[in-house]
Order: sequence, then C-alpha cells, then structure tokens
Amino acid sequence: MKEDKTLRRRGVSYAKWGYIFITPFFIAYICFTLVPQLMTLYNSFFENYRDGLKQVGPNFVGLRNYVKLFSPSKSGTIDMLKYFGNTLILWLMGAIPQVAVALLLAVFFTSYRLKIKGQQFFKTVIYMPNLIMASAFSMLFFTLFNPIGPVNQLILSAGWADKAIDFLAMKVPVRVLISLMNFLMWFGNTTILLMAGIQGIDQSMFEAAEIDGASSWQVFWKVTMPLLSPILVYTVITAMIGGLQMFDVPQVLTNGKGTPNRASMTMVMYLNNYLQTSKNYGMAGAVSMVLFIVSAVLSLVVYNSLSRQYTDAPRRRDRL
Amino acid sequence: MKNNQNTKARVSLIVTRVVVYAILIFLSLLCLFSFYLLIVNASRSNAQLQAGFSPFPREHFLDNLRNAWTDQSINIPRGMLNSFFVAMSSALLTTYFSALTAYGIHAYRFKGRRAAFLFIMAVMMIPPQVSAVGFVQLMYKLHLTNSYIPLIIPSIAAPVVFFYMKQYLESVLPMEMVEAARIDGSGEFRTFNTIVLPIMKPAVAVQMIFSFVSSWNNYFIPALLLDKAEMKTVPIMIAQLRSADYSKFDMGKVYMFILLAILPVLIVYIILSKSIIRGVTSGSVKA
Repeated sequence: MKEDKTLRRRGVSYAKWGYIFITPFFIAYICFTLVPQLMTLYNSFFENYRDGLKQVGPNFVGLRNYVKLFSPSKSGTIDMLKYFGNTLILWLMGAIPQVAVALLLAVFFTSYRLKIKGQQFFKTVIYMPNLIMASAFSMLFFTLFNPIGPVNQLILSAGWADKAIDFLAMKVPVRVLISLMNFLMWFGNTTILLMAGIQGIDQSMFEAAEIDGASSWQVFWKVTMPLLSPILVYTVITAMIGGLQMFDVPQVLTNGKGTPNRASMTMVMYLNNYLQTSKNYGMAGAVSMVLFIVSAVLSLVVYNSLSRQYTDAPRRRDRL
Repeated sequence: MKNNQNTKARVSLIVTRVVVYAILIFLSLLCLFSFYLLIVNASRSNAQLQAGFSPFPREHFLDNLRNAWTDQSINIPRGMLNSFFVAMSSALLTTYFSALTAYGIHAYRFKGRRAAFLFIMAVMMIPPQVSAVGFVQLMYKLHLTNSYIPLIIPSIAAPVVFFYMKQYLESVLPMEMVEAARIDGSGEFRTFNTIVLPIMKPAVAVQMIFSFVSSWNNYFIPALLLDKAEMKTVPIMIAQLRSADYSKFDMGKVYMFILLAILPVLIVYIILSKSIIRGVTSGSVKA
C-alpha cells in the first residue's frame, strides 16, 4: 500500500514504464519459444520428412503420427515407451542415490553437533562436476572405459580378465556409467539446495527436540523430514524435469546410438534422431508434444509450490 | 554413572565424525578422480598411453597442447573463440533483460502485472527441447542456420534468471532511492541503468556466470543449427571426436581437447566458487 502511494505522487502514473520494461522479454519469448511451440504442435499433425533426396509432404495426416508413435515397430516393441522407460530407469538410477546422498550430506553439514570443518572445500569439490560440459565429461568417461582405455589396461595388467571388456557393449555397465555421471553432476547441487532448506527451518525446533531427548535419528525423521518436505518435493520434481531432458551424456557416450540395442536411448535422443538424421518434422513434433505434456504436468507441481510462496504468506500479499 | 554416560557420548560422537569425514573424503575423491586422470593423461604421449595405465603425470603436456591447438580437422582455438563469443553475448543479454523485466514487474503497478508474473513462473520449468522442432524449422525458414543469432537473441527471455532477479529485488531494492532519483528528474530508463542495476550487481554477477556456463556447455540446439566447420562451438567438436574412429587417434591429443573444453569454466569456478555456490540456493522455493 505504501509503495502504491509513493509511486502515484503528484498524479504521475508510471504504469507505462512497466509495459515498456517487460516488452523485450515477451517479444523474445513469443518469437523464440511460443511460436516454435505452436509450430511444433502444428507439425505433429503433418507427414513431413526426407526420404533420401526426396522430400515427402508436408501432408495433413491428423493424429496418425501419434498413433504411429504408440504402435509397435517391426521388432514388436513400442519404441516411444521403450525410450521413455530407458529415460526413467537412467534417471532413477542416478536420482535415488543423488537425493539420498544429498540428504545425508545436507544433514552432516548443518549438524551443530558434528561441526564439520572444511565445509567450503567439500562443497566446492562436490559442486564442481555440475558446471563441467556434459558432453566433455561423457567423452572423458568414454576414453577411460573404452576397450583400449586406462580402465581396461588396469584390469588386464592386474589379471582380472583375459581380454579387454567392452563396457559400452553391455546394457548394465552403460546404464551404470550414465547414471554415475548424472549422479556426480547433480548430487552437489542437490546437497546445497537441501542444506539451504534445512537452514531455513526454525532452529528452536531442533533445540526443543534435543531437550526432549530425541535421538539424531528421531530428529531427522520427526523434525527435519516433515519440515523439509516442500523443498524435497521441489528438488525431486525439478530433477525429474532435468532427467526428462537427458541427452548430452548418453548421446556422446554411445555416439547417438543408445547402445547396446538402444537400451540407453533416451526420449530427447529419440527426438534428436528424428530431427537431425531423418529430418522427420512430423514425428519429431509428436515426440516433442508428448515430452511437453509430461513436463507441463511436472511443472504444475513446481508452479504450485512457488506460487504458494507468493500468495499464502500474508505479509507478502501487498507485493503482488 | 553420569561420567560414564558422558564418555560414551563423546566416543560415539568421535566415531560418527570419523565416518562422516570418511564419506565426505570418498565423495570428494570420486568427484576429483576423473579430472585428475584427465590432466595426467593429457600429459602423456600416445605411445605412453598405449603402453599402459599410470597414475603419474609425464612430460608431454606442452606437446599435446601444441598438437591439439594446431589440429587440422578440429580447430579448437576457433571453437573456443566461437563459444566464448556466443556465451558472453548471451550472458550479457540474459542478465540485462532479466533484470529489466524483473524491475518492470517489481516496481510498477500496471494492469496485467500479476498475470505476466504468473505466466513467467508457469513456463519457467518447460524445457527448451520441447519447442526445438518449431525453433529449428523457423530458423531454417529465416535462413539463420550457421548463424549465432538463434543462439544469442533468445536468451533475452530467460524465465529462471528473471525469477532469481525478482527475488533479489524484493530483498534489496529500497523504493525510496528510485523515488529520490525521480525527484531529481532522472528518467525511468536512466534510473534503472544508473541506480537499480548497480544495486543488483551481486545478482547480475552470479547469473552472468551461470548463463555463461550453460551457454558454453550447450550442445543440443547448436548441434542442430551449426554445420559449417568454422562456425562450430566446442561441445559440437567434442561430440565429433566421439564419432571419429578413436583407435586411430593420438589419445594424448584427445585428452587435451577435453581438457581445453572444460578449462575456461574450471578456472572461473576455482576463482569464484564461493559466490557461485551461494548463488545456487537463491531462486528456489523457500521453506
């Protein structure tokens, strides 16, 4: 209220400046995201691809691209669901340890009983992989784990195997490597977010629990977890949206093939194949729209938790 | 009795501490190990690399650097220059326009203000990949492939950066200062550039770093739009290394390429890690 009064002093309205200042953002958003999104939707109803040198379409085909997306291919599997499953498995294999370890570390770092020294150092080190170029990180893992790489040299010289192991031709090792990279890249970030969450909890809660004689285990499950849950939900959902976009790491590690037998092919790699290799805009559009719907549903959860911050707290009501 | 309990508690605390430090050190080593190997291997010649695994650095670091730097098929200095130009330009645009948008919504009362804010929050989490089909098609239609415009200009609209700036403004901006500037006859744009922006410097700096890094590392969209050799950015070159037949490669050079790709970000991080880590937490949901 007070702000409103000062802004309107001397009868001058500054409202038009609000519009002017937010215009560039909205123009850029409309041109480079909204219009492309609508074009993507539009494309998904058309047959439009390149067959060798011949261009097929664009011809309107209604929902046929979507039907094709969800019907079994020659090998009898529904590719879309297979890749969705791959993405989910790869995400879970990285995200479960990621959240568990991050939760553990966040509790360690914030524990006033443990008083961990060198926190800045540990945080710096565990956050570092998050900023490293994912494609370079993946290329590094490829050079380390390929049949003539140092890991195999070590295995051979130690006599653990008779001949080099081609990790990249085996389903489980490839998935483990991808999840390991995702874990390494994200657990530091999650730790820092959860730490901030724990620090945001009223300290007197912990003190009261302490006085009542609660063990660290009880404090964690009865105080920390319930009060941390909004942030935990936010962290997990944003990690899910991130997982849905998984591309650079498996793409570079498997050279875009999702080896072996497409067991590490993710949704965005599938999209990329349609876009890059076959220029099949129709099918790429349909895949994109499925991805859009999944991420929009997940976004809604994040949106709710963020907007609650702005509408629930009464002391903030006058801000918006 | 009491004394006994105290010792017991102290012993258990010491044991817990030892376990906790062991876990922390293990995870730190896990994070550092692959980078250590990268640096070591970048200092060994191809013959040394073929001969077997060794955890110790050797003397060929500069040879590998020279070979990688002057490689004919992968022009890494050009790639780094390209990446630097794209990343720097988008970082500048993102931070300036996000701050401007945040200030526009924060400081002025206008119709549709709340709707604009809620809209940006709603689309904040939608990944850019889901509109890539239309984006790529549009760029082909506008003849903007092999151009940096589609990699730079869209960064004007960065909802996440906007949200961060908005939260920052809420916590720091005294409207009295803006009011005082108005009384002194300062125009609204000038007030933003000379008073508000300097106040937001810490937020701008942190977001500049994050935007620079994410643009530097960006692979998906650039790979769809850039195919001319002299236009390629670093991540595309790295992926190119993977698709070549690695058994014929000078592996010392390959490790050096990877090291060069991550080096600029690594250096910035080592210098500014404290403020970067502080920046991670703001802009997310609060308890």
